Amino acid sequence: MNIEIRGISKRFGPVQANQDIDLDIRAGEVLGLLGENGAGKSTLMNVLSGLYRPDSGDIIIDGTAVSFDGPGDSIAAGIGMVHQHFMLVPVFSVVENVILGVEPTGAADYLDLDAARAQVQQINDSYGMEVPSDALIEDLPVGIQQRVEILKVLFRSADVLILDEPTAVLTPQEVEAFFGIVRALRDAGKAIVFITHKLHEILEIADRVSVLRQGRIVGNGVPSEFSEADLAEMMVGRPVSFSVGREAATPGQPVLELADVSLLDAGLEARLQSISMTVRAGEIVGVAGVQGNGQTELVEAITGLASVNAGRVTFNGIDITATSVRQRHRMGIAHIPEDRLKSGMVAGFTVAENMVLNRYYDERVARGVVIDWSRAEEQAAAACLKFDVRTPSVFLGAGSLSGGNQQKMVVARELERDVRLVVASQPTRGVDVGSIEFIHQQLMACRDAGNAVLIISSELDEILDLSDRIYVMFEGRVTAEFDNQDSCADRNAIGLAMAGVNRTEAA
Amino acid sequence: MTRAPSDTAPDAAPDAAPDTAPDTDSRLRALLAPTIATRGDLREVVLIPLLAVFLALVIGALIMMATSVAPATILKSFVAMADGSLGSMNAISETLTASIPLVMAGLGIGLAFRAGLFNIGAEGQMVVGGLATAIAAFSFTGLPMILHLPLALLIGMSVGAVYAAIAGVLRATTGAHEVISTIMLNLISFRLLDYLLRQPYIQKEGRADPISRAVLETAELPRLLTFLDPNLRLHLGLFIMLAAVAIVWWLLFRSKLGFAFRISGENPGAARYAGIRAGLTVVLAMAIAGALAGLAGATQVSGVLGRATPGFTAGIGFDAIAVALLGRSHPVGILLAGLLFGALEAGGRQMQVDAGVSIDMISIIQALIIIFVAAPLLIKRLFPPLFRNRVTAGGGHE
Amino acid sequence: MNSQTTAAAPRAIDWRASITGGALILLALVIAFLLDSPWDSVSTFKISRPRDVWVVGHLTLPSQWFTTIAAVVLAFLGTRLFLKGGGRWTTLSLAVALVILAMAFLVWATAGKSISLTGMLQATVVRAVPIALAALGGILCERVGVINIAIEGMLLAGAFAGALFGSLMGGWAGIICAMLIGGVFGLLLAVLVITYRVDQIIAGVVINLFVLGLTSYVSSQVFAEFRWLNKATPFRAFKIPVLGDIPLVGPVLFNQNLFVYGALILVTLSTYYLFHTRFGLRARAVGEHPRAADTLGIDVIKTRYAHVIAAGMVAGFGGAWFTLGSVGRFDENMTFGRGFIGLAAMIFGRWHPLGALAAALIFGFADSLQQKLSILNTPIPSEFLSMAPYIATIVVVAGLVGQARPPAAIGKPYVKD
Repeated sequence: MNIEIRGISKRFGPVQANQDIDLDIRAGEVLGLLGENGAGKSTLMNVLSGLYRPDSGDIIIDGTAVSFDGPGDSIAAGIGMVHQHFMLVPVFSVVENVILGVEPTGAADYLDLDAARAQVQQINDSYGMEVPSDALIEDLPVGIQQRVEILKVLFRSADVLILDEPTAVLTPQEVEAFFGIVRALRDAGKAIVFITHKLHEILEIADRVSVLRQGRIVGNGVPSEFSEADLAEMMVGRPVSFSVGREAATPGQPVLELADVSLLDAGLEARLQSISMTVRAGEIVGVAGVQGNGQTELVEAITGLASVNAGRVTFNGIDITATSVRQRHRMGIAHIPEDRLKSGMVAGFTVAENMVLNRYYDERVARGVVIDWSRAEEQAAAACLKFDVRTPSVFLGAGSLSGGNQQKMVVARELERDVRLVVASQPTRGVDVGSIEFIHQQLMACRDAGNAVLIISSELDEILDLSDRIYVMFEGRVTAEFDNQDSCADRNAIGLAMAGVNRTEAA
Repeated sequence: MTRAPSDTAPDAAPDAAPDTAPDTDSRLRALLAPTIATRGDLREVVLIPLLAVFLALVIGALIMMATSVAPATILKSFVAMADGSLGSMNAISETLTASIPLVMAGLGIGLAFRAGLFNIGAEGQMVVGGLATAIAAFSFTGLPMILHLPLALLIGMSVGAVYAAIAGVLRATTGAHEVISTIMLNLISFRLLDYLLRQPYIQKEGRADPISRAVLETAELPRLLTFLDPNLRLHLGLFIMLAAVAIVWWLLFRSKLGFAFRISGENPGAARYAGIRAGLTVVLAMAIAGALAGLAGATQVSGVLGRATPGFTAGIGFDAIAVALLGRSHPVGILLAGLLFGALEAGGRQMQVDAGVSIDMISIIQALIIIFVAAPLLIKRLFPPLFRNRVTAGGGHE
Repeated sequence: MNSQTTAAAPRAIDWRASITGGALILLALVIAFLLDSPWDSVSTFKISRPRDVWVVGHLTLPSQWFTTIAAVVLAFLGTRLFLKGGGRWTTLSLAVALVILAMAFLVWATAGKSISLTGMLQATVVRAVPIALAALGGILCERVGVINIAIEGMLLAGAFAGALFGSLMGGWAGIICAMLIGGVFGLLLAVLVITYRVDQIIAGVVINLFVLGLTSYVSSQVFAEFRWLNKATPFRAFKIPVLGDIPLVGPVLFNQNLFVYGALILVTLSTYYLFHTRFGLRARAVGEHPRAADTLGIDVIKTRYAHVIAAGMVAGFGGAWFTLGSVGRFDENMTFGRGFIGLAAMIFGRWHPLGALAAALIFGFADSLQQKLSILNTPIPSEFLSMAPYIATIVVVAGLVGQARPPAAIGKPYVKD
């Protein structure tokens, strides 16, 4: 099945998400769709999957123009979408998820799970996916969940598969296995659209590539014709240097030390098991790992958000295991939280209010029980200038800023004061390239000023670019430690450690 | 959010960085310049409540028609409503008197709202607070008014606070949703009131029905307008109410505690991140809400009723939910909404007398107002021309 | 606003279990020290009634022995919860504890006297009906992701419509109209929360206030004058042949009125529907992950509308119980929080119709117990007895929130873009 996309445009309020897009999707071929966050990739694919209706333009399938009134139409036309954020019901079983919407039924609308199970097993076998059909989704690792998404699409006998940032949550080894499945599907005659912002993936898997920038197609071609630098320039619109240009670190005294730290969750399950790590002054330490392997809990243990059940946390030689969030904050621990909208800021508050979110009580802004708002506002304005937060006014609601500016606002709040340790969790998630560069520079500057920096990220590239030393976490443990002084850490070895293959390399 | 524009910014800013580029100062000033409230916002804040009231009255009239009230009577009832709420000195006094407990209980609900809690228990908190005030008001004999009255009110406040804090503690420790627990505490308080009013010490001597002894004169809130007409019931609670509005405003928008409440209400994750103790915040917010509702019950007993009787709160605690919603949980908004509802209450009584339409009509109108205020999209769809983004050429200033 | 989001930091101490456990220990002490009766006194429970076909002997229990054992069991359950935390058994221990508590009170109150057990259980089932139907209404809504605080108002509206239209056109028409009116308020809730995205709890509370105002207005404006409009003939119990003659079970389950049979049928049907049919699966998907459902071509908005309206109709039927199922007359605010108790039963029953029915039976037992105890002339003031269901509700909600997981999308409006 071939699809021609002709002149698709889609606008959300003031944002032109897609403009005049032409694209060809062909059977037996992997089309790489490259673009940075917010370039309009997801919008385009949501148009194709019937979730959004385009403002103008045509979708032509095998020579006939079609229009989709909803996802149902697109599915019926043979288009299947695997979303970046899995569209699986966690408390349903694999079979229930796969059949949802196209359920085999008997009399009285009776759900025929046995028939469904047999069908699912058949697809499972023919592509060698090995998915347990009666397991609940929430009990499965993300790599398997992704296969469930593909099963879902194949169960609906899709001929076109759209894969939206499919590798974001996988370890390098899982990525390899996943590419194997993609190739098998392509060889079976399926058309595949592979959406990503990772250049090396395009070079590895795509047969053709289209680059999207600010809602427009800015380049088409065969990947082998381009270098990584060409693709990067097309994607961003200007030459980009992806390596930060790190100078050698001069680590000093240990600032943060964790000794055998363990943490249990409410269900008394271990989330951290005997974690020991050290972060010294003047170095950046990265924590790599697939999301959900204890990184969140690690940050909570360091910042005081969760109390640990065993072990010791030391800061500048002082035992802080039992101190509160605020005490640690005062001691000079800065915390850039992993999800700014969930915990880093209050969207309904002004920029000024957000700038004092976690220090409104200290003597710089408060007098007794009262907050001195005019002082807070002046400080906020100064921080906005210093950290390039682009807002017309500090009285503007923070929710109306762009993702990059929101993140810079959080970074500004955390770094504008005197800090000794920076804990940055997913510091550049969902922000534009310009802001990524700026935030990375700020973190480097922090290191160069002699502070300790701990970066937790599920983007392995970010970890490799910034860190002087790398810890890898898997299922609540540190499985490996790597030296990365001159960016020498072995990507493959890190990948194995992320997957829990225990092989500690001498630092 | 209201905040005074910081016009003192340039002077207050210490010239810490003398070597900054010349335009830094002007960019700073631009960032600090007070934003002009967009006309659209103003329109929403003012127009939507007005249209909501209008629509509610229209639908109220339709319901009256449906229950075969003659058109003339409907007209008469609206006239009576206006007359009974604003038409005379007595009407104004009644309106203000009725709004006092509504505003105070509404402030409690609004404050809890800002902290992310839905306190449906204002009615029950009024019951226990009012009853405690009644008991204090007839128990302490021989105290001068200057001591007795504040003491009685304070006891009512404290008991209301403790009663509301039960729901807060349950929420903080077990996660039990405050909506269900406060509703149950309401129902429990009604039974408790019925029981206590029959107890020998509390029940009025020689009475078989549940009614408390009368409040002593030293614990009565003095009436304010008796120099004009001895029948005017407006009492000192008016000033307590205004003070409460100011204090709650200060608490929410100036104090550290209030900021912690607002963070907790807007984004619990951010509150946790900022080191705000969630449990303590919940208990404190509920306790303050309960204190305000308790005070509403207290002023009602010591200023209007003079004793506690079964159902003496008369659903004011539930109407206060509507007041808080209509006032958008802002103290000033709650004051205005409370005055409106006080007027409806006073006008409704007149309506019942003059036109023979049941005062329950007022509850319907109040509920309708809230439905429309809570669904601004609905109003915008019903009156599209008023919300079209046009260039306003003069006029239309509220 | 939403309590279900786990804001609490992971802690080793389970506060909820400790508090629930502590409460149970306290209740054990109450039973042990306050519920005294002579050691030789006997509580007699009559099972068969004079005209029964098959006659079974009385059930007699030594009163003091029973309460002592009950206190010990309660103390054991409480200590276990207090020390070891809840875990999977919390719901069951709490249910057992509540039943034991109620039975201990009953045995103590009947010490040296006799009471009809059959009558007691019959009343239990009857009183469980509105609670179970309210819970079922709650389940239908919450399973598609809509919180239904308005269930109380829907019950009241159903009670009102049952009385009014039952008086005008007879009982069956009354029931149909009660369901229609309930459905109308379901529609109103749906419009407010689904289309206009009003906060679900606020919308529910406001609908409750509106229904309370409207029914009170009509009853004082119209019913006071035209009494014949509020004088419906209630449905009588009818015995199912043979089954109705089984001792104990017969009168309790098979000699009841239409509402009891209706509730049992609705619970069965909705269990089948939710867990064994295509549309049930889709409904649950909408409540758990609406976006996923949407990407699969399931219309989230329509699904939600349909279920919220259906929930209103179920609640309307439950509301008609108050008038057409008992006295035929509507009184102001006559539902007295039963809708909210139904929501507690829904949580207790883990959002499953059968679980909710079991929970409703416990509440129904507490409700009928309160009635019987006041007949038996116990020294406990009747006001305190009538608080029992409300206190039980708080205990259940406090003890069980977070134990069972509510549907994940609850409380959130679905916005497509």
